Amino acid sequence: MSWSDFFLMQQELALILLALVLLVVEISLDTENKHKIIPVANFLFIPILVIGFLNTSTGSLFGDMYITDPTRILMKNILNVGVFLVFLQVSNWLKTQANNRNRISEFYLLIISSLIGVNYLISAGNFLMFYLSLELTSIPIAALAAYEQYKHKSAEAGIKMILSSAFSSGILLFGLSLLYAGTGTLNYGAMAIASVDLIQSMGFIFFFSGLAFKISIVPFHLWTADVYEGAPVAVTSYLSVISKGVAVFVLAIVLITLFGEIQGLWQEVIYVTAILTMTIGNLFAIRQKNIKRFLAFSSIAQAGFILLGLVGGSNFGTTAVLYFVLIYIFSNLAAFGVVSVIQNASDKENIYDYNGLYKTNPRLSLVMMLALFSLAGIPPVAGFFGKFFLFAAAAEAGMYVLLLIAVLNAIISLYYYLLVVKAMFINSNDQPVPKIESDFFARAGLILCTAGIIITGFISWIYEYMLNNSFGI
Amino acid sequence: METSLNYTIWILILPFAAFVLNGLLSKRLPNQVASAISIISILIAAALSYYLAFVYFTDIGKAAETFMAIKAFDQTWLRFTESLQIKIGFLVDPISIMMLIVVTTVSSLVFIYSIGYMKGEKGYNRFFAFLSLFSFSMMGLVVATNLFQMYIFWELVGVSSFLLIGYYYDKPSAVSASKKAFIVTRFADLGFLLGILLLSYYGNSFDFLEISSDNGAAVSQMGGITFMGMSVLSWALLLVFTGGAGKSAMFPLHIWLPDAMEGPTPVSALIHAATMVVAGVYLVARMFTVYSFGAPDVLEIVAIIGAFSALFAAVIACTQFDIKRVLAFSTMSQIGYMMMALGVSGYAAEGLGFTASMFHLFTHAFFKALLFLGAGAIIHSVHTNDIREMGGLRKYLPISHITFLIACLAISGIPPFAGFFSKDEILAAAQMHGMIYFGVGYLVAGLTAFYMFRLYFMVFWNKNQPAESKVHESPSVMTIPLIILALGSIFAGFVPFGNLITTNGQVLETEFHVSLAAATVGIALVGIVVSYLFYAKPSDRPERIAKSLGGFYRTVYQKFYFDEIYLFITQRIIFGIFSAFIAWFDRNIVDGTINAIGWLTAWISSRIKGLQSGQVQQYAYVFLGGVLIIGLVFFYYWMR
Repeated sequence: MSWSDFFLMQQELALILLALVLLVVEISLDTENKHKIIPVANFLFIPILVIGFLNTSTGSLFGDMYITDPTRILMKNILNVGVFLVFLQVSNWLKTQANNRNRISEFYLLIISSLIGVNYLISAGNFLMFYLSLELTSIPIAALAAYEQYKHKSAEAGIKMILSSAFSSGILLFGLSLLYAGTGTLNYGAMAIASVDLIQSMGFIFFFSGLAFKISIVPFHLWTADVYEGAPVAVTSYLSVISKGVAVFVLAIVLITLFGEIQGLWQEVIYVTAILTMTIGNLFAIRQKNIKRFLAFSSIAQAGFILLGLVGGSNFGTTAVLYFVLIYIFSNLAAFGVVSVIQNASDKENIYDYNGLYKTNPRLSLVMMLALFSLAGIPPVAGFFGKFFLFAAAAEAGMYVLLLIAVLNAIISLYYYLLVVKAMFINSNDQPVPKIESDFFARAGLILCTAGIIITGFISWIYEYMLNNSFGI
Repeated sequence: METSLNYTIWILILPFAAFVLNGLLSKRLPNQVASAISIISILIAAALSYYLAFVYFTDIGKAAETFMAIKAFDQTWLRFTESLQIKIGFLVDPISIMMLIVVTTVSSLVFIYSIGYMKGEKGYNRFFAFLSLFSFSMMGLVVATNLFQMYIFWELVGVSSFLLIGYYYDKPSAVSASKKAFIVTRFADLGFLLGILLLSYYGNSFDFLEISSDNGAAVSQMGGITFMGMSVLSWALLLVFTGGAGKSAMFPLHIWLPDAMEGPTPVSALIHAATMVVAGVYLVARMFTVYSFGAPDVLEIVAIIGAFSALFAAVIACTQFDIKRVLAFSTMSQIGYMMMALGVSGYAAEGLGFTASMFHLFTHAFFKALLFLGAGAIIHSVHTNDIREMGGLRKYLPISHITFLIACLAISGIPPFAGFFSKDEILAAAQMHGMIYFGVGYLVAGLTAFYMFRLYFMVFWNKNQPAESKVHESPSVMTIPLIILALGSIFAGFVPFGNLITTNGQVLETEFHVSLAAATVGIALVGIVVSYLFYAKPSDRPERIAKSLGGFYRTVYQKFYFDEIYLFITQRIIFGIFSAFIAWFDRNIVDGTINAIGWLTAWISSRIKGLQSGQVQQYAYVFLGGVLIIGLVFFYYWMR
């Protein structure tokens, strides 16, 4: 192995470099000017995105510890785009909250650390690597959940996240040990399971449960609402799209490469959990008063829909999952972006606070409406296409009952998404949220999300590109 | 041949461009410019459609005595697999051309009419932007070459009608109506989507022509696979029909239509008379080959639902006092007619029902749009929807009066007005299929004449307006569309539909049934006469009763006995109890069921909230419980 082989990891190395550069910049800024790190970080992140999209390498490193191929690069790119959007959205919050001013760089460093974990997790070819990077993705985020530690709820979110995360990691690690005991290896390639015995089955069950925690699949979802509500909006955004997205991707990789032979068994597990997740997520979402909790349950329901793409275990289904996650990133971040802008300006986060928002902030309301329409899957916005391909994947697998339940859930979800739209456009309010002027980055973030919501569905080459690149797993 | 039809794309592009322009610049454009953009674009689209119709029917359409379906263009858009692709195209065949003519004609007239009707309303430019969006979506739906394209435009039609119905967004009833319309039709649309998925999965194609080729052989393999006693093909087609029934307001998915009357009247004329509501009929007609060969059982259901809706709505229409609601139920009833005609139709030589259905769709578009626009002119003048507060308007609104009368005659099926010819064909087709359908259709024909003339007499005759009344005729931008539509309502019946639009593209010999025609006209006349007796004169019956007590026995006999007893039987028993019951059933049971589903969901949701307590220890227990569940599921399937 030569030094040039390290360039297989160019995305991860670039991220590590970015983290180091930001540390140096942080030291050189005096206390008054700490906020200047915001544009630096945002603009330095653009080359990272570009590197990702130019990257076409295929290969493996360190005895298959690290694997890269076009599909994995595509997954990383999708998530990097999401992180970039999160970065754009947080600037306002970081600048305005006086308590945070000296800790702005902390936010970026922790997110980037977690992102490095995300990248390595996708590229992992060995369960040791897998576990290390999984922890790297979640521990910095638990710290960030408690970022506003002077707020009771934020501190509570942090401790809840770390406790439940530790618990789920324990379960997952137990599963991994059982798999090791059954096969005598931790390497994906050597482990591929042809038939099941008791130990490996137990291993799979525990492994799946641990990962299901990260995706917030019912019944492993209970932490989600509390943490989403308490954590700062930026962290919630990250948790709801990036942490969830990477866990879904990794689940897809592992299910197909390692457990492909026993598809008939995990299919049923996914089938049951998909139904539970969609239905329970929806039923809880209906009664939420707090917009962050509301979006938390909506994101649980969305995770249920994502499972429809995995259930068939086909390439087509995997493409549908990737495509949906990209659209979900745009839609969910648009929604959270609006929530973040409003919370910063007025500290309001209940749904009834959104009454009459259209009168004072028509543009924000329109963005929110598009985002919710996309989450609900109403054509012609992108969310519809995302859902359509997921439904089609379930139809392809011949699971009509599941499909029917999914469609019913889509109708239920339409109802509660429209409740928020109704609040913004129709309900009257004596004291609506005042007119808000958001800063350049926040505005750019919302514009990018909106553009994504509108065009991702219509521009067919995005889907074609994914279809051509998702056969690699 | 491909290149010669390239201009057709402008039929779609122009209204869309008008929407984008008006939408983006809505605050900056003067009102006249905004409406001019929309109107000019739709007029050009209409001209192109007429040209296309002329070229198609006289020249390029016919090959070997059969009208062919031509794809003007068909662009691949999304690719699932090599064989299953989603395309966007422009299908030219007799029914798509007919629909294009209907949509562009009615749209043009409604757009022009709206200049007068919406004058001074706030959001005038926005309104025209939405109108253009709607016309674009509707035309995209009509010319779709495949199910998926149709679904996309189908939803776009839903979205734009949602925007238009909710146009008075500061009016709560308008908003709740638009939401209801949206949710109910969405519910149906998801059925449609499931149907599409099933069809495309088994038929391996979205394309209408491929699905219908060889008399539906492509999907006939689905006939063999059964699910719960019915073939998968039947299920798929039934689900597709659910989508159509939702858009076309068939029982029991009709509940949104009366409420949707909250929107501005031109919107009702455009959406709820001539275009969107007939999309369901169009959908079934578009896939008629598949229905006819693949699932005659589903076609029977279509006929039953159509017939029932026709009767149900006609009875309710007799009890309504809101002029637009009467028209809304009348629309539902007439669409039921069309559905029934499709349902009873056979193929090729037995395809009279199909032709009749399309014919009725065509003529109905003219007179129903005319009725709605006329109602709009009336409402515009007297500022109320309640027909009890109108009366004697014929002196004040002469043009509205004459055109409204023409429309009433047309919908009642009086020759030589348009409705007569199409209704006659429908009844002839129903007669061939089964007497029960004919009976229902015949009864509905009488009821239609009755409630339409009830409306006519109460609005234009009956009592007189107070002398100081300032009611006056609408401006000419509103009356000219009325006159044009009135001409359409008179002459549309003379189009030789049997030569143009048939199930298989070949000429269908339609004969004229004198006895049937006489019977139909007879029952229509009965309806008109009855409504004349009831509603033509001011309702001073209490006075006359008082007078008769001291007056002649003869007066009592002739007026009191004849009038009042008859009135008692019909008004009190038939309309008062029977119709009121149906109206009640509609309000409470049908609506209530929908509400109950919503309530049930909320209730379950409140029952399970205890799960989310906020305690991490409990979360860990649930987590372990989850592991157990996963384990059980896994081992259950492993052991099998």
